[in-house]
Amino acid sequence: MSAPARSPQELHDTIAGGIGESPLRPDGTLKVRGEFAYSSDLWHEDMLWGATLRSPHPHARIVRLDVSRALAQPGVHAVLTHEDVPGENVYGLKYQDTPALAADLVRYQGEPIAILAADHPEIARQALKEIVVEYDVLEPITDPERAAHDDTLPKLHPDGNLVRHQRIVKGDPAATADVVVSGVYEIGMQDQAFLGPESGLAVPAEDGGVDLYLATQWLHVDQRQTAKALGLPLEKVRLTLSGVGGAFGGREDLSMQIHSCMLALRTGRPVKMSYNRLESFFGHVHRHPAKMYYEHGATRDGKLVYVRAKMYFDGGAYASKTPVVVGNGTTLSVGPYNVLNAHIEGWGVYTNNPTCGAMRGLGAVQPTYAYESQMDKLASALDMDPAELRILNALSEGSTVVTGQVVDFPAPVAELVQRVRDLPLPPEPAAERDIRELPGGASNTTHGEGVVRGIGYGVTIKNISYAEGLDDYSTARVRLEVLGGEAVAMVHTAAAEVGQGLVTLQQQIARTELGLTRVSVHPADTSVGDAGSSSASRQTYVTGGAVRNACRAVADAVYALLGVPAEGMSLTGGKVVAADGEVVADLAELLGDTAIEETREFHHRQTYPLDPETGQGDAHVQYGFSAHRAVVDVDLDLGLVKVVQLDCAQDVGKAMNPDAVVAQIQGGSAQGLGLAVMEEILVKDGKVRNPSFTDYLIPTILDMPPMRVDVLERPDPHAPYGVRGVGEPPTISATPAIANAIRAATGLELPRVPIRPEHITGV
Amino acid sequence: MRVNVTVNGEHRRADNVWEGESLLYVLRERLGLPGSKNACEQGECGSCTVYLDGVPACACLVAAGQAEGRDVVTVEGLAEGDDLDPVQESFVERGAVQCGFCTPGLLVAAHDLIERVPDPSDVEIREALAGNLCRCTGYEKILDAVRDAAAKKAVR
Repeated sequence: MSAPARSPQELHDTIAGGIGESPLRPDGTLKVRGEFAYSSDLWHEDMLWGATLRSPHPHARIVRLDVSRALAQPGVHAVLTHEDVPGENVYGLKYQDTPALAADLVRYQGEPIAILAADHPEIARQALKEIVVEYDVLEPITDPERAAHDDTLPKLHPDGNLVRHQRIVKGDPAATADVVVSGVYEIGMQDQAFLGPESGLAVPAEDGGVDLYLATQWLHVDQRQTAKALGLPLEKVRLTLSGVGGAFGGREDLSMQIHSCMLALRTGRPVKMSYNRLESFFGHVHRHPAKMYYEHGATRDGKLVYVRAKMYFDGGAYASKTPVVVGNGTTLSVGPYNVLNAHIEGWGVYTNNPTCGAMRGLGAVQPTYAYESQMDKLASALDMDPAELRILNALSEGSTVVTGQVVDFPAPVAELVQRVRDLPLPPEPAAERDIRELPGGASNTTHGEGVVRGIGYGVTIKNISYAEGLDDYSTARVRLEVLGGEAVAMVHTAAAEVGQGLVTLQQQIARTELGLTRVSVHPADTSVGDAGSSSASRQTYVTGGAVRNACRAVADAVYALLGVPAEGMSLTGGKVVAADGEVVADLAELLGDTAIEETREFHHRQTYPLDPETGQGDAHVQYGFSAHRAVVDVDLDLGLVKVVQLDCAQDVGKAMNPDAVVAQIQGGSAQGLGLAVMEEILVKDGKVRNPSFTDYLIPTILDMPPMRVDVLERPDPHAPYGVRGVGEPPTISATPAIANAIRAATGLELPRVPIRPEHITGV
Repeated sequence: MRVNVTVNGEHRRADNVWEGESLLYVLRERLGLPGSKNACEQGECGSCTVYLDGVPACACLVAAGQAEGRDVVTVEGLAEGDDLDPVQESFVERGAVQCGFCTPGLLVAAHDLIERVPDPSDVEIREALAGNLCRCTGYEKILDAVRDAAAKKAVR
């Protein structure tokens, strides 16, 4: 069957700009013209619309499931349940614990039970109502702390309700100190809230397989899970990346992949599925809410002596990335600070709350909010400047982190704090202010009376790439050929462009390595080797490394073709140039009709699992660091907050595309601001209370203040080009900076984010 | 039902339209104009903003029948042939596009602002675009782009 209309396009645009420059996105013009094919734009003339029936209950036994009336509706072509899953009815990123369609038990509100395909989305929606499901409703398990320790609770999965427990013990875990501060911190459930809905088009193929065009973060992991559920060999389940409207971790788990393919294979017709916003809130995993007990001990002059912490991560119904959240959460639990003694415990648990998994800053967001709150509390107890306390305890190159791993790359934490502190502050508020600049804005709730200003800092450490012993790699294919008399290169990877600018970066690397101007980017698909996920701030590092390796292999093939030693040779301006600057050959003339194509992988250096008892081990490849300073105005009477300014200093190792780096930092900071003051999925008794953009609030352009960004470049000698992952740190350190600023303004404890007006007014 | 509508200057007809279909659905699925985006379909995010008789509106909140006989301009209608509108140009040049899903709606809203207020202040830009959610950029580069587009239009 033919490919869908509005297929993913090869990207040619923008022909100049190598590494360290800021060329524009090759997909930018398509996007501003409305011509870029996002996954929800895919269309096939014969296509049907898929829809999903979801459980209204967070915990229930299915006692009867009858689809006959739905199937009898005019315009309905298939209605499928767990009995129709051709292969194994189970998938999962770390643990295989998630049914494609629920069989006997539902474990969260919104769990898929049946799917159908119809001629029109409205026919599909109406037909869902004709499916009969009888439930035996069960009491939901909703308290993660209880789920971790109470063995009398019902087991949601065969092995119980504990997904992972990790302990980290360093030095003397019972150490004592002169000054001790403690606190209990909670963080609400944040949503990725990417704008492009979960969507895709599955097209049945003549070989009995299926071609799936979709938005995802990792094509190959989707392929593996989908093929297994479909009972098909990998080569018969082919995936192509369509335009992705943001991801932020929310597309790591499967949504419509298996379902759309099942419907396409059953009906023999292309099936499009596209969630609406309500369904999207149920159709993807969220950020783990957490409860964290922290105690910090320090000397009278401010040196940290010990950190003790217990942290509970609510994983919801299925494991998803909970094991990684526990790993990251515990290993990053003391922050970018030197601590000789630590005793940390983290639990990730199953409950009947919505499933939680990957989101930007995975596992580091929660402890950073807690330890940065503690650092301010400690500064206050010591009567020290909060920035000074952080600088005094900052990690640096050569430090040993809490897992015993030695930081063998630059770690300019103190400098970042210093730099962000040195950025200019906004002017003191004038007596007469435009009300739009005040808390409450155009609502005209104050003219400045009752408004106080506060300043706060947040600093973080985040691991880059996958950890704990995973062989985390990427693959790139690069072809060099002559088109229209000019040597041009094409880069093909399976790496997902989710908005971050990876397509631009691939071009920049190929231009630099091959000395060319024209480089196109082939649509990402599974016909080329695995690229891993567009997550963990890892793609510039690993896919960048793979594109570099493939380009260098192409260059070597050029030298071999020419019969010269590669030593000292380079490709520059479409020519082969010797070490002394002599032009040895013109690339276009040399190649003629010959195309050179090379495929290479990049594997980052090895990491190791944590010791299960002590949590010691070289678990991480690299760390990213960022520091924020927030300035807030708070209306004490109404509890309204206006973030006046939010500044960030971050070390990126090497700014491959400086403008894009700044844009990532600004965007990440906005998500951190959202978590600080507004974003939360409200869950009561396992049920989501606000699954819409009316009630789940993300920052608008009115909420986001001006930002200054100070980018540091301290190359990591172990990373390609010295790069350091950029995407996640700014999200992480923004939240505590704002929380600390609100505390500074109000003097309140504020042990929970998002901070809501009632937390400030106490009403 | 049948819906007749002028889209980007061209008369278009859609047949067999269901009563409950939105203008957004008709544009995207029946007329082959997927530029206007389906992010929330509740009028909350602004991604589907189009001009309806010259006034910006969320196409998801307009019933297809309400568009009968009216004039619609979508993001696909902002450029003149190969020539991008200054707003489009500035969004690309200033890095205001990341994933780009919010971009079509923002472009229409920003285009409308500059038509009404040729030299908008930052506060005016923020007020005008407050109904358009963006999850990627943090909005700084969007502000840059709108300032830049206004300057370009003033020159042209």
